[in-house]
Amino acid sequence: MTAKPKFAMYWAASCGGCEIAVLNTNEKILDVDANFDVVFWPVAMDAKYKDVEAMEDGSILLTLFNGGIRNEENEHIAKLLRKKSKILVAFGSCANEGCIPGLANLIDSREIVHTAFNTITTDNPHEIYPMTSYDVPEGEIHIPKLLPVLKTLDQVVDVDYYMPGCPPESQQIAAVIDLVVQVVQGKAELPPKGSVIGAGNSTVCDECKRTRNVKTIKAFNRIWGIAPDPTLCLLEQGIPCNGPATRSGCRARCPKAGAQCIGCYGPADGVVDYGARLISAFASVIDAKEPQEIDHILDGLVDPTGQFYRFNLAGSLLKAAVPAWKAESTHEKEKA
Amino acid sequence: MTDPFEPTIIGFTCNWCSYRAADLAGTARIKYPPNVRLIRLMCSGRLDPTFVFKALASGADGVMITGCHPGECHYIEQNYKALRRFQLMRRTLQGFGIEPARIRLVWASAAEGAKFASEVTSFIEEVRALGPLHWGKNDSVPTLTEAVIQQEEVPA
Amino acid sequence: MTEKVIANASPLDSQERIGVYVCHCGTNIAGVVDVVQVAEWAAKQLKHRGVVIAREYKFMCSSLGQELIEKDIKELGLNRVIVAACSPHLHEKTFRTACANAGLNPFLCEMVSIREQVSWVHTDKAAATAKAKAVISGGVERVRHHVPLEPIVVPINPATMVVGGGIAGIQSALEIADAGFHVYLVEREPSIGGHMAQFDKTFPTLDCAACILTPKMVSVGSHPNITLLTWSEVEKVDGYVGNFTVTVRKKARKIDEELCTGCGICQEKCPRKIIDDVYEAGLGYRKAVYTPFPQAVPNRPVIDVPNCTYYEKGTCKACEIFCAPKAIRFDQQDEILTLEVGNIILATGYDLFDARRVTNYGYGRLPNVFTSLEIERLTNAAGPTNGNIVLRDGKTAPKSVGIVHCVGSRDRNFNNYCSVICCMQSLKFAHLVHERTGATVYNFYIDMRTAFKDYDEFYQRVMEEGTLFVRGKVAEVTNVPRYETEKGKLIIQVEDTLVGKQRRIPVDMVILSTGLEPRKDSKEIAKTFGISCSVNGWFIEKHPKLDPIATMTEGIFIAGCAQGPKDIPSSVAQGAAAAARVLGRIEQKQMALEPVRASVIEEKCSGCRICNGLCPFNAITFHEDRMVTEINPALCQGCGTCVAACPAGAITGTGFSNDQIMAQIEGLMMLNVDQEPVAA
Repeated sequence: MTAKPKFAMYWAASCGGCEIAVLNTNEKILDVDANFDVVFWPVAMDAKYKDVEAMEDGSILLTLFNGGIRNEENEHIAKLLRKKSKILVAFGSCANEGCIPGLANLIDSREIVHTAFNTITTDNPHEIYPMTSYDVPEGEIHIPKLLPVLKTLDQVVDVDYYMPGCPPESQQIAAVIDLVVQVVQGKAELPPKGSVIGAGNSTVCDECKRTRNVKTIKAFNRIWGIAPDPTLCLLEQGIPCNGPATRSGCRARCPKAGAQCIGCYGPADGVVDYGARLISAFASVIDAKEPQEIDHILDGLVDPTGQFYRFNLAGSLLKAAVPAWKAESTHEKEKA
Repeated sequence: MTDPFEPTIIGFTCNWCSYRAADLAGTARIKYPPNVRLIRLMCSGRLDPTFVFKALASGADGVMITGCHPGECHYIEQNYKALRRFQLMRRTLQGFGIEPARIRLVWASAAEGAKFASEVTSFIEEVRALGPLHWGKNDSVPTLTEAVIQQEEVPA
Repeated sequence: MTEKVIANASPLDSQERIGVYVCHCGTNIAGVVDVVQVAEWAAKQLKHRGVVIAREYKFMCSSLGQELIEKDIKELGLNRVIVAACSPHLHEKTFRTACANAGLNPFLCEMVSIREQVSWVHTDKAAATAKAKAVISGGVERVRHHVPLEPIVVPINPATMVVGGGIAGIQSALEIADAGFHVYLVEREPSIGGHMAQFDKTFPTLDCAACILTPKMVSVGSHPNITLLTWSEVEKVDGYVGNFTVTVRKKARKIDEELCTGCGICQEKCPRKIIDDVYEAGLGYRKAVYTPFPQAVPNRPVIDVPNCTYYEKGTCKACEIFCAPKAIRFDQQDEILTLEVGNIILATGYDLFDARRVTNYGYGRLPNVFTSLEIERLTNAAGPTNGNIVLRDGKTAPKSVGIVHCVGSRDRNFNNYCSVICCMQSLKFAHLVHERTGATVYNFYIDMRTAFKDYDEFYQRVMEEGTLFVRGKVAEVTNVPRYETEKGKLIIQVEDTLVGKQRRIPVDMVILSTGLEPRKDSKEIAKTFGISCSVNGWFIEKHPKLDPIATMTEGIFIAGCAQGPKDIPSSVAQGAAAAARVLGRIEQKQMALEPVRASVIEEKCSGCRICNGLCPFNAITFHEDRMVTEINPALCQGCGTCVAACPAGAITGTGFSNDQIMAQIEGLMMLNVDQEPVAA
């Protein structure tokens, strides 16, 4: 009997939702077990890093890597799994583009540590902060150092495929599992390296059933600020829906449920900077010509950085804000 | 002794008005500092915020967007779209800690060569006062001074 | 040679063979930029980016310079060319043609300016040389993403539309029609003739305006190649050069034009008298059914519906009763015509500045203050006073007249510009007042603008006739007397700057030479035709010195005062110039349009419709059935606004694509330059 191909799934800086999404494929998970030898999956089984280190290079056929690269451990394991895997998939928004952990890129990362260890709810009168290395009688112990800026998976290693979504929709995961099983059985071909899988080629608008007209925005509204018409495009009603720039594949779940798309499936095909596309699109259809009038309408768009870069800050052109770069340059100096 | 900071500015001009204004500044031999590097677009309405972010991420210290005066756009009213995008871009960039003054929008007609030159000059000084942006860890990007030094190091 | 991989710049994916040509332009560039060093640098430091050869030459635009490029294309197999020289606005065509001659698609050639934007504006030679390198490196990166493009060839419909039947429009129409091609002349008033038909005499020859104008009007009216559409307005313009579809509303005259003989009996018998404030400038009456003036072309009346008893009460119908050919049609409706033309000439003329705005001159409040148009009507032999210059009472001739120049012009409070014709017009009035009344005439001027042929001689003549000239801007026209001698007069308060004294000059009549303004609706007109208007409202020409009758929109031309204040000879010249340009286009039968266009990648378009409202040229249409947007490449003007706006990145633009601009940014920031010196 030929050995089953190996499968691994790892979570770096993530929330665990991607794992739950995989389990949400219900019986499909049994197909994973039936067709693969799961060798490394911290949430589901007990395996150690040294087990992975001991594997042959390229011996894991498929690794689903979710979570962003926040600290040196994440980086180390990303590189390790890249070495040991044939196909490495950036799974979920965190690995693809940074997602919510990536929002830490708006601040100096040293502040994260300070806040966690010395805030109103933490009793730390002597201002003790963790050290990354410490001498104990048994020797020197280390804990992973926080990287100054959260990185996406493909900013540290070469990635074969991208599965976007926060989390990727379970039916999409099921479809991908099916595809890989078929590939293993020689019945299908893998898409070209670098492709996005488990998602559509268009945008959320393609899957959204709301009526669309020519857009002219006279005001931006919060979703709770008006009584939205359930049949009409949300953006037309002034609700900033990111659907037009967001990759399809989720079946427009949020607009169907009456909420605006917040963009968890990441940018559409070939888009260089997701936030820039939305800035351009929203601004272009504002119905005002005078700067003060435009400003007044834009006042209704609370927190543009959050609106446009909630999920993909780390994967955008700018990647991080000025304070984060300050920590970055300090970090480099320390390393040197 | 360190060299004084020479900002690098990327400027976007529109083919019909502001690019011609820059040309007119040249024909009239009006002098301005060499820190700005211009890109020609057909219209300020072509200005994609991606270009601005790309310029900043690539090491520019400031970005200047220029076009025809409102009401005089060669394509009728596309400069209004540029105006709206500019305002939303500035707000968003503030969230990134980028000072709004690093992006400037200038309207200049084809006859306003002097205005173009003076806007460029004042913008360069404003950005100089703000200091280098040094986006990311892109220390390999030479600033204007470094390019000069590099020129001298190329073997004959 | 080892190929160094640059982590920052976009990867080198295909083998471009790029030639870089750096022009000295004599010493224009070479005097500031070290062009020799720049070329050497490009050859070495950009080799890994595809630069196969880099040359410098004294004058790239010369035939020898062009031959360098052509030779290299043929011998070195170049497939991209960068020319670093003057502005592309000067020589882009030159170098594109050179490439085409050598068999390379002209759109694979890009020019970067290192003269107007580098050597002519910077003094620091080292910095200028460094910037030239950055500019070239930007160009090299950009041109790698250029693709071969073919110009879009469109046929030219030989029919032309002229909008505006004043002297400029008439001239255009006649020239094109005489050349054998069809013209639609659209005029919003019931008759052609424009403002010139209201004048009495024209300067400097003192020709009778009607005498020189009416023969042309008659020619237009009877020309087999001209379809005259008066009492009509253009509502919508669709299409593009060579292929315009114009929607014209032919307003209902309420007269059957075929049956009407122009006998004029309806006007005679009509009982309703209305003040004519268009043609007679408010000084005379017309009837509810009227032709604006006796020599009107076409000689067909219109019924002024809001002021007609029949439409108000259903009674009267005097015109119908007396009309022998039974040509009155009370229920005639407006007709909507859809006309196909290849080119359009806009000759929509001007409006007069409203003199009431200058409250200190008292127009509208003091009865004997007149505007220039009112005086034209008074002096006109067929006017409301049969050519007699009289005060508002209709009978008294003035014994003293003050003519005020620059009313509403050259004035920051109103219009900053000079209206060109007012000085000559004022001198003409001075002459006519002298001639007809023998009154003492004062002209109050700031400067005398009598620049053209025979104009200054006319000024001298008027001086010799005894007109008194006071150099000063009139402060006030008042009827409040200070002295006995001022009682019952209008007093002009002015500083006589040549003697340096304030003067109060009592006169019987004041004539205000009011300035010219763009038509009140010129901005709407500009929008309808897709051209630009200046902030003032004058239509914008393609180039103020070298191309005053073309606009930035291909196929739309302007002539006459619509482009800016001017006299009759200039209007005629512009009308003829516009006609000549159009005739040239018609002769060519087709035209090549720049292939800078946007197009939608259908698979990527999800029908969000954000782009749909962004195109002023109506090139963007939405298909409800497929829920996708489409762009018409012939209507698209290539501005790229939709390309930038599309949130899905589903719209691409040739000539200024995202790849090209992003690459240019990388090049300008020197991200593509080998940071280490390359071994030779």
